[in-house]
Amino acid sequence: MPIDTANLEAAIRKSLNCAHVEIEDQSNGCGENYAILLVSDDFEGKSTLMRHRWINQLLKDEIAQMHAFSQKTFTPTQYEIYLAKEAA
Amino acid sequence: MPLDLTLSLSRRNVLASHRVAARFLSQEARAQIQTAVTASPVVLFMKGTPTTPECGFSRAAIQVLELQQVPPEKLQTYNVLADPELRNGIKEFSDWPTIPQLYVNGEFVGGCDILLSMHQSGDLEKLLEDANVIPKVEGEAAHVHAPA
Repeated sequence: MPIDTANLEAAIRKSLNCAHVEIEDQSNGCGENYAILLVSDDFEGKSTLMRHRWINQLLKDEIAQMHAFSQKTFTPTQYEIYLAKEAA
Repeated sequence: MPLDLTLSLSRRNVLASHRVAARFLSQEARAQIQTAVTASPVVLFMKGTPTTPECGFSRAAIQVLELQQVPPEKLQTYNVLADPELRNGIKEFSDWPTIPQLYVNGEFVGGCDILLSMHQSGDLEKLLEDANVIPKVEGEAAHVHAPA
């Protein structure tokens, strides 16, 4: 069963206080390959591994239906640095 | 978890679907994977082999390890496509839903996203240096030994 972007975003926002959510469907529409970028204050003080484990847990059922899943997790400050680097 | 419960669960798994089976690891399977993750200082569970990776994420992971100049004798890779039991088992063992998965000195480091971002930030180099997988950079070593 394919997952759509709206469902995925709803599942994330339900449990995470997000300043910014980007979901990129990289599957050409089959709904099995997503890359997400999350910006949240909730990530403050947590290592990347802890953040990813948290998101993996949160989206456990969705990820189980996907072929590929990729994530970036930033605090608002880290996201600004990331954007600056991307722009450079 | 008591042993008899584990056994009854694993017996049930034989009848259950693959997805359900992935939720329970027998103690024997867990012990085998524990041996596998500590088989070498650097252990990568991947799809395919270092010379012929069969997934872009696994290819990226092995390329990063090459860029870090991890010596071949300190790297052990496992092709999960060749072993369906390992493919499911390692996900349960690491509590991580995707492949590739990297272990350094028996510690889970992360998947492809984490590996790439640690490579870019320099954290991976530091981790591998601290784990004595790769030599510390000359400049830093000289600094450490410089008189105060």
